[in-house]
Amino acid sequence: MGPLGDLASGFGVALTPENLLWALIGVFLGTAVGVLPGIGPALTVALLLPVTYDLEPISAFIMFAGIYYGGMYGGSTTSILLNTPGESASIVTAIEGNLMAKRGRGAAALATAAIGSFVAGTLGTLALTLVAPVMVKLALRFGAAEYFALIVLAFTTITALLGGSLVRGLISLLVGLTIGLVGVDTLTGQSRFTFGVPQLLDGIDVVTVAVGLFAVGETLWVASRLRHGAEETIPVRGSVWMTREEWKRSWKPWLRGTALGFPIGSLPAGGAEIPTFLSYSIERRLSNHPEEFGKGAIEGVAGPEAANNASAAGVLVPLLTLGLPTSATAAILLVAFQRYGLNPGSQLFQRDPELVWGLIASLYIGNVMLLVLNLPLAGLWVRLLAIPRPMLYAGILVFAGLGTYSQKGSTVDLVILYVLGALGFLMRRFDIPVAPAVIAVILGPVAEEHFRRALQLSQGNYMTFVTRPISGSILLLAALGLIVPIVLRAVQTRRTPPASSA
Amino acid sequence: MRSLRLLGALIAMALLAVPVFARSAAPVMAAAPLAQAGECPTDYPTETLEIMAPAAPGGGWDTTAREIQQVLQNEVIDQNVEVFNVAGAGGTVGLAQLVSDNAGDEQTMMMMGLVMVGAIATNQSPVTLEQVTPIARLTTEYEVIVVPANSEYQTLDDLMEDFKANPGAVTWGGGSAGGTDHILVGLMAQAVGVDPTAINYVPFSGGGEALAAILGGQVSAGVSGYGEFQDQIEAGELRALAISAGQDVAAGATPGAGAASPTTGSATPVAALPPVPTLQEQGVDVELANWRGLVAPPEISDEVRQCMIAMIDQMHQTQAWQDVLARYGWQDFFLAGDEFGEYLSEERDRVIPILQELGLAE
Repeated sequence: MGPLGDLASGFGVALTPENLLWALIGVFLGTAVGVLPGIGPALTVALLLPVTYDLEPISAFIMFAGIYYGGMYGGSTTSILLNTPGESASIVTAIEGNLMAKRGRGAAALATAAIGSFVAGTLGTLALTLVAPVMVKLALRFGAAEYFALIVLAFTTITALLGGSLVRGLISLLVGLTIGLVGVDTLTGQSRFTFGVPQLLDGIDVVTVAVGLFAVGETLWVASRLRHGAEETIPVRGSVWMTREEWKRSWKPWLRGTALGFPIGSLPAGGAEIPTFLSYSIERRLSNHPEEFGKGAIEGVAGPEAANNASAAGVLVPLLTLGLPTSATAAILLVAFQRYGLNPGSQLFQRDPELVWGLIASLYIGNVMLLVLNLPLAGLWVRLLAIPRPMLYAGILVFAGLGTYSQKGSTVDLVILYVLGALGFLMRRFDIPVAPAVIAVILGPVAEEHFRRALQLSQGNYMTFVTRPISGSILLLAALGLIVPIVLRAVQTRRTPPASSA
Repeated sequence: MRSLRLLGALIAMALLAVPVFARSAAPVMAAAPLAQAGECPTDYPTETLEIMAPAAPGGGWDTTAREIQQVLQNEVIDQNVEVFNVAGAGGTVGLAQLVSDNAGDEQTMMMMGLVMVGAIATNQSPVTLEQVTPIARLTTEYEVIVVPANSEYQTLDDLMEDFKANPGAVTWGGGSAGGTDHILVGLMAQAVGVDPTAINYVPFSGGGEALAAILGGQVSAGVSGYGEFQDQIEAGELRALAISAGQDVAAGATPGAGAASPTTGSATPVAALPPVPTLQEQGVDVELANWRGLVAPPEISDEVRQCMIAMIDQMHQTQAWQDVLARYGWQDFFLAGDEFGEYLSEERDRVIPILQELGLAE
């Protein structure tokens, strides 16, 4: 019958009124927890597990799938409007999205995020339907050396974010790498920069760093400037919805973001962050309006948002085909599977086709529901910005504190948040960009881990990075990405006058 | 903090349709009286019982704590049971909180296990398990050693031969440094006369990454709890070479249940031991159980301690608990009170030296 026939029977399972209701509850809950920083989909599913035990497995999974996708949608809202990313995959969205909001195009940013998420979620689910078994074979060929190469490629993104001054950009990078070092070293179990504080042993959470540097830092900065100059609320400029021009600038990034997000998301250690960085740097390079990057370019929201949703679909590939949980939420879903006496893995498709295809069908349905839920909300959310600034920023501060505290319920995290906030303030004061620091916190520790693990596996042979074909090719790509623009610029300056050279 | 969590859970539950909530909240069975052979003279607990899971939601300790919560409040006691998470540093953040903030608190217990014994040593925790009140050991999972299906290693002997010849060339993939998987490889090295510092153990964060590396042939062999690999073993993608159960346990038809507990009355065997030869059967004299149990804060009265033990004993005997064990493939490993306390110190004496040899503890 093939996957399409199976999918049709899956829709038969998912389209019962009761299951539709569960899907609706799921996407609603998911959006809500995505909006709240700190409470992510993983925590929500974990909390709901004991309560859902009396449900039919398929109903429970349909709801969980809704929460999972919904969390990815909701995460972008606070990133764009309040510069407070709800999870690490939305951090890149905050960079351009929040700038767009400040230019009065917040609703358009929200809309392109929602539609991009829909497009990516649907295409990603389609890819899950059709190519999951092939994808997973490829994914298993990725070892530590390949991941390291991929991260190097993502690191080249930072060059796009360093800002006007190279020195200042590098300072920011070093700040981030240092923060990333805090905690127990994964490979040796030794603690670094923990100063005897047990709460620091697990490292500093990336979301705490992002919220501290972005939101708290900015709040302090705004507060210090408030008495200078007149107060202005942020007006909504132009149409509330996306203009024709914005549509035109969004659709390609959506597709490219999907193409990056799905395969990387399906890698066992791929994650949702790396594709968002890659998408950002690609869009910046391909954009017809590169000058708008750093001022609120819609491509910088459309691409990464599509990438993170596509990676959410990608994560389900190893989960459903191999029983491999590759994200926190996937790990909880695996626990849920086991709770219902189902063992995901290569046998799941044969043993419980009704459940698997019902789940996949419900992903399509959930996506449509999310779009219907989120598009009208965009116009509503954006009114938040009409709040006068003292109150708006006070609200952001409360929100940031609440979110950080509720992650682990630890007051130590609050102290860390405010220390980082003060750091963010100082960085703004001295004109040091904060984005490279946040990206370094995400990529630095994983880069180190994969680098050293690759060396451990090759017994200290550095050639492993270039002799392994996938790793070597990716590194070559990264090198080209760095060198080619420089060469092109050199060639262009030599040819005077610069008469429309290709 | 707890109220915040609770608020989240409450909102979530309120949003769930009423039927589910009503069904799960409906009394499954009238609570039986607790008093058992005069062990617990009073009514216990008299208010909401709290169980701390010293880890993030979703992990082994959290899952076990939430299952205990369900069985206790549905079948054993009249009071509500709440689970709260204090994540961090292999459970030692939670342990420190239990000993300092909860001292003398008679309505709180903490989930813990072998991993915490190791984490106390590797993190140089100032608070240790000597300061808590042992209540009961409940479950265990055995470790399994696997290779990918296409590996050249057909048996444990093949693997150990290479391991003895050139320890560095055999790469072991498993969980975090100093965790149960690492400890097992260290013990195996000792048992076959390999210097533990020479082993090439590659820690992965999260079960999925390790599994992917094993399936993809990135490491020579993998070590983890049997449950983590069960599906892939059954599907023939991984070959199980050995499990870490002891010989006496492996021989019995109802592993753990009969051997471990003098009070157990369960007639139904829980999850049968996996059909894999043990390390000891194959000449590697190592046994390692990744057990989990409950402890209470320091400075509680002996009476309350007895009541807690009686309550957990009663829970352990319910069919609902046996169903939980079977559902997750956990082995029954019940041991209560002072005997559990002795077991704790035995485990400490066994685990810490090997962590020191591995260079992970001082």
